[in-house]
Amino acid sequence: MAQVSEGEGTRDTGALPARVAVAEAARTAQDRRAPARERLGQRKPTGRLRKGENLFGWLFVSPSVAVLLLFLFIPILLALYVSFTNWSGVTNPLSSSVKTVGLANYKLLLNQPGLYQQNFGTAIRNNLYFVVFTVPLQTGLALLLAVVVNNKFLKAKGFFRTVAYFPSVTSSIAITVVFMFLFQGTGVINTLLGFVGIQGPNWLFDTRGVFTLIYNAFGVNNPAALVNHQFLGLNLWGWVAGPSLGMCVIIIMLVWTTSGTFMLFFLAALQQISEDLDEASEIDGATPWQRFRRVTLPMLRPTLVLVLLLGFISTWQVFDQVFLIGPDNPATITPAYYSYQLSFQDSNFGAGAAVAFLLFCLIVFLTVLQRKFIREDLTR
Amino acid sequence: MRTSSPWKLTIRYTLMALFAAIYIFPFVIQVGNSFKSDPAATANALNPIPNPADLSAWRQIFGVGTAASVTDFPRWLFNSAFLSVTITVGRVFLDSLAGYALARLQFRGRKLVFGFVIATLAVPGVVLLIPRFLMLKELGIFNSYQGMILPMLVDATGIFLMRQFFLQVPVSLEEAGRVDGASIWQVYWRIVLPVVRPGLLTLTILSFQGSWNEFQFYEIASISPKYYTLTTGLANIVGGGLSAGNEYPLKLGAAALTIVPIGVVFFMLQKYMRPGGMAGAVKG
Repeated sequence: MAQVSEGEGTRDTGALPARVAVAEAARTAQDRRAPARERLGQRKPTGRLRKGENLFGWLFVSPSVAVLLLFLFIPILLALYVSFTNWSGVTNPLSSSVKTVGLANYKLLLNQPGLYQQNFGTAIRNNLYFVVFTVPLQTGLALLLAVVVNNKFLKAKGFFRTVAYFPSVTSSIAITVVFMFLFQGTGVINTLLGFVGIQGPNWLFDTRGVFTLIYNAFGVNNPAALVNHQFLGLNLWGWVAGPSLGMCVIIIMLVWTTSGTFMLFFLAALQQISEDLDEASEIDGATPWQRFRRVTLPMLRPTLVLVLLLGFISTWQVFDQVFLIGPDNPATITPAYYSYQLSFQDSNFGAGAAVAFLLFCLIVFLTVLQRKFIREDLTR
Repeated sequence: MRTSSPWKLTIRYTLMALFAAIYIFPFVIQVGNSFKSDPAATANALNPIPNPADLSAWRQIFGVGTAASVTDFPRWLFNSAFLSVTITVGRVFLDSLAGYALARLQFRGRKLVFGFVIATLAVPGVVLLIPRFLMLKELGIFNSYQGMILPMLVDATGIFLMRQFFLQVPVSLEEAGRVDGASIWQVYWRIVLPVVRPGLLTLTILSFQGSWNEFQFYEIASISPKYYTLTTGLANIVGGGLSAGNEYPLKLGAAALTIVPIGVVFFMLQKYMRPGGMAGAVKG
């Protein structure tokens, strides 16, 4: 079994669960020993010794069960109910003044043309591009760094691991503040770009999609075929816009933050690969690329699947970064943030909860997928 | 015997140095610019060496020589520390109790409880914002320390982690204690808990890190500035709580203050913080 992620730092819901998950890929050897241990742990004690276990068992778990029920399970049911109402956040959501509106909130988002649908579609578009760029980049960079560092003749490996892992244990809010400073109009990035003669854009405020900029460079602008067709409140020209420049900052930031962590996943897995195998293939005359492609990569498959799926799960939850950059740049708004915005800023908790539930379903689906894949890989 | 040719090693070292620089560089820029005046930081961000050094941002952070301002950093620091310590103590105590029961005690409904814990692991934190806000309102503890602490006091991940650690303790240890007449509580507290000290330390660090860095939940659980933590307070001034100028040195300094305590813990106790620290937390 495995867990959700991301990343970064806060109950970073992310960081913590990622740690649960790494074990799966990295310590397969240990897993194989686990069933024996399990048997040992569950050995039936004698009758006399079992006395009181029922009472103490419940005494021990009840505080935790109470907290999880009260602040996780029941609230989710309550929010599901609110997503079928017009609650504004002021009165008690269970009071009689709150009206149930059936599926109206969901319709508003999914198939009723208007501002809600347009914002929701835009949020989905933004997040889709975010996922499509972030996940392959962070996975690829992590794998590259792991392969580079995994060499027994190399010194200062420990130092490098520390440096690469550090960003992901720090606060995502603090990191975002630093990146906003780096990418501000007269900031470090634009100064560096200036050295090579490029005038950097105003990253944080720029809502233009990077693909749109490329199309424009080739003289394509607002083609009628795309502009006249809509999906989820957004025309097709909007859908193919690519990530906005503001979103690019969040992508770069996330890749920078998470690649070190995922590098450790791959390093742990690489160290499990027998050196004999690698040497044998070298003696057989395989080129370095062939060895990587045919020997190393297949052995890394479980870790690769894990890292990819953890990436997909965490990138659909990006929130903290958008909280800081989003108000200045609507082209960075994600469903997670839109749900917050609808509820806590527009006092439309019904619609906000509906967005949260659509997101919830998506992430749970990805998590189930992950658990299924991981189990298959570990039991092969 | 394999060897590595010098030029291949050189490529590896070059890449390592390049990426190490990329990982370190933003922090250097951050700290350097926090010692500049606002115009200097805006005009010449790239140079990390402040010339002349300007301490006004740090003076404001520590409340030296400035009139009452919108930023009450000592209070944020206190809130962050108070909440993190309380939540960490609670999590370590409650998670390990539940983890032990799930690993070792045969009680009716154990499978159900374990299934429940596993199911809650899958719930993404970001969709809990509205539900938790609703519950805090219902219970009348919105915008209070209780409301900020209670929902954080237990986490399924920690229960799961501790269960895995308890499963590795030999049963014979407990049986010996029970034969000698110790109660279940005594066996747990005096015999088993000291054995899983590495697990407790890992959980302590992860809980502290998680609650120190927490942002989303604190943001929706409170509304008064007196409940600001370093993360919510910082997010608030970035969001436009300050009027004059960019105030980048101030923001960068406050961000550094948020990072440093975790950095100290990280460099001291790194081996417990590896992502592999949750090794074995695998079996569902």
